[in-house]
Amino acid sequence: MTRPPLPDQRSDAEPPGLPGFRTWRGVYLFVFGWFVLVVVLLAMFARIFS
Amino acid sequence: MNVADWVVLLGTMVGIAAYGSWRTRHIRSLNTYLRGSQSTGWGTIGLSVMATQASAITFLSIPGQGFESGIGFVQNYFGLPLALIIVCAVFLPMYRRLGVYTAYEFLGRRFDRKTRLLGAGLFLLQRGLAAGVTIYAPAIILSTVLGWRLDLIIVFTGFLVIVYTVTGGSEAVSLTQKWQMAVIFGGMVTALVVLLVKLPEGLGFSGAAHVAGALGKLQAVDFSFDPSRRYTLWTGLLGGLFLSLSYFGTDQSQVQRYIGGGSLREGRLGLMFNALLKIPMQFLILLLGALLFVFYQFECPPLFFNQSEWQRHARGPDGSTFLALEERYAVEVADTQKGIRAWLHARTSQDAAEESIARATMLEANRRAAAVRSEAKAALVAADPRAKTKDSDYVFITFILAELPHGAIGLLIAVMFAAALSSKAAELNALGTTTTIDFWRHFRPLAAADEARNVRVAKRFTALWGLFAVAFALFAGFAENLIEAINILGSIFYGVVLGIFLVALFFRRVGGSAVFFAALAAQALVIVMFFSLTIGYLWYNLIGCATCIALSMLLQAVLGPRAPGDGGGAA
Repeated sequence: MTRPPLPDQRSDAEPPGLPGFRTWRGVYLFVFGWFVLVVVLLAMFARIFS
Repeated sequence: MNVADWVVLLGTMVGIAAYGSWRTRHIRSLNTYLRGSQSTGWGTIGLSVMATQASAITFLSIPGQGFESGIGFVQNYFGLPLALIIVCAVFLPMYRRLGVYTAYEFLGRRFDRKTRLLGAGLFLLQRGLAAGVTIYAPAIILSTVLGWRLDLIIVFTGFLVIVYTVTGGSEAVSLTQKWQMAVIFGGMVTALVVLLVKLPEGLGFSGAAHVAGALGKLQAVDFSFDPSRRYTLWTGLLGGLFLSLSYFGTDQSQVQRYIGGGSLREGRLGLMFNALLKIPMQFLILLLGALLFVFYQFECPPLFFNQSEWQRHARGPDGSTFLALEERYAVEVADTQKGIRAWLHARTSQDAAEESIARATMLEANRRAAAVRSEAKAALVAADPRAKTKDSDYVFITFILAELPHGAIGLLIAVMFAAALSSKAAELNALGTTTTIDFWRHFRPLAAADEARNVRVAKRFTALWGLFAVAFALFAGFAENLIEAINILGSIFYGVVLGIFLVALFFRRVGGSAVFFAALAAQALVIVMFFSLTIGYLWYNLIGCATCIALSMLLQAVLGPRAPGDGGGAA
C-alpha cells in the first residue's frame, strides 16, 4: 500500500535566501499580504475614478 | 508595415528561435531535454512560467476586453496568487522529491496505472485541443488586419516553434521564453507610452482615467453574489483559485517549467515572482484597453473594428444601410466627445448640480453611440447570419497599425508572435513529454533504460503534436472570443484533474478504483452541465473538483477499505 508522500522536510528547511525572510512561511505571508493590498488598491482605484 | 517593421519583426522572431536552437543543439541527456538545465535560476523559471500562460491572445484579446467591458476581467486572476502559494508549499516539493518528469507520474505512484493514464489522457485531450487555438488565435486576427494569408502564418509560426522545441526541448523553451518576454515587456510599454502621448492635450492620465471611470470601464472589483455574472470577486477567488491550482499544479505545460532548476528554492521563487506580478500585469493590459476606449472617444473610431468583415458587407447589396449607420455613429461619437469635454469642464467648476447634469448628458450620448454599434452588429447578422460580430479582439491591433510609428509597429506585431511562440513551445514540450513518459515508456518499460532512444522518441512526439496543432489550426473553426474559448475548455477539464490530485494528496484512505470512477462520473456531470446550464464557466472548476472528491470518498466508503493492490506504487 502506498501512502501519499509527505512533503520533503529537508527542502522545507531550506531557507528562502531572501533578505528579511528566514522561512518560506514568511514569504507566503508576504505574498498573501501583497495580494490583499493589490485587491484593496484596485477597489480604491475604481472608487476614485468612478 | 515598412522595411523597419519587417526587420524588427523577423529579427526578433527568427533571431530568438535560432538562438534557442543553436544554444541547445548538443543536448543528449533525457533529464535536461525534459526538465531543462540544472543551473536554471528563479528569474528564468519565473519568466518562463509567465510566458507559458501569456499567449498571443493575452495581448490581442485582453486590451479588447478592457475596451469593451472594462477592467473587471482582472478578477479572473484573483485566485492565482493563492493557488501559487499552495503549489509552492505542497505540489512542487512533492514533484521534486519524487523526481518525476510529469505530474501524472505522481498519480501512478499514489494510485494506479489507470488513474495515471486518465490524468495524462485528460491533459492530452484538453491541451491538445487548446494547442490548435493558441496557434490559430493570433494568425486569424493578424491575417485579417494585415491581409496576410492565414495558412501561411499558421504554417510559418508552427514550423518555427517546432524546430527549436524539438531541437532543445525544455531547455530551449525556457531560454527562448526569457527573450520573448523581454520583447513583450518592451512592446507593451511602448504601446502604453504612445497611447498616453496621443491622448488629447490637457487630458493626461488622470483625466482619461476619470472619463473611463465615469463611462463604467474601471469597475475592477464586483462584490455581487449573482452566479450568472461572469467576473466577480467571488468567481475570481473561488473559481479562479481552482482554475489556477489546476493549471499551475497539474497542467504539465506549467509543471515542466518549474520542476527543473538548480534547487527547490529556484522553482519556488520563480512561482512567487508570478504571484506578485500577475495581477498588476493583467491590470495594466486591461487598463490599456480602457484608455484606448477613452482615446477613441476623441478620435473618429471605426464603427466596427474588424474592418475586413465590415467592408465585405458594406460593399454588398445592403451598403446603404451600413453607410447610414456609419454616419449616425459619427454624429453620436461627436456628441459623446462634446459631452465628455462639457463634463470635464463641469468637474472643475465645483458646481455639483452642473457636474451631475453634464455627466448624465455624457452617459446618454455614450449610450446612444453604443446602441448604434449594437445596431451595426445586428445589421451584419441580418446581411450574413454567419458574420463575425465580435470586434473587440481587433481594437488593439487597429490602434497599433494606425497610431504607432514604424519600427514600433514591427515590435508590437513581434509581441504577438513572441507570445504565440512562447506558449506554443511550452505546450508542445509538455505534450511530447507526457506522451513519451506516461504512454510510450509506460507501455515499453524495457525501453526506459535506453536514454538516447527516449530522447529521440520525445523529439518525435513533440514534432507530431506540433504538426497536429498546425493541421488543427488550418482546418478547424474556432469560437469568436479566443481567450474565453481556451479558458472555457480548461474549466471543463481542469476541475476534475485537480480533484484527482487533491484526493491523492489529502485523502489517504481513497484508492485508485474509487478515484478513477469518481473522476469519470464528475467529468460526465461537468460536460452535461456545460451544455445545459448558463452559469459562469469558472464555476465548473469548483464543481468538477468538488464532485470528484465527494464521489471518491463515497465510492471508497461503498467499496470498503482499499485492497492492497488498489493503491499504486507499480505504475
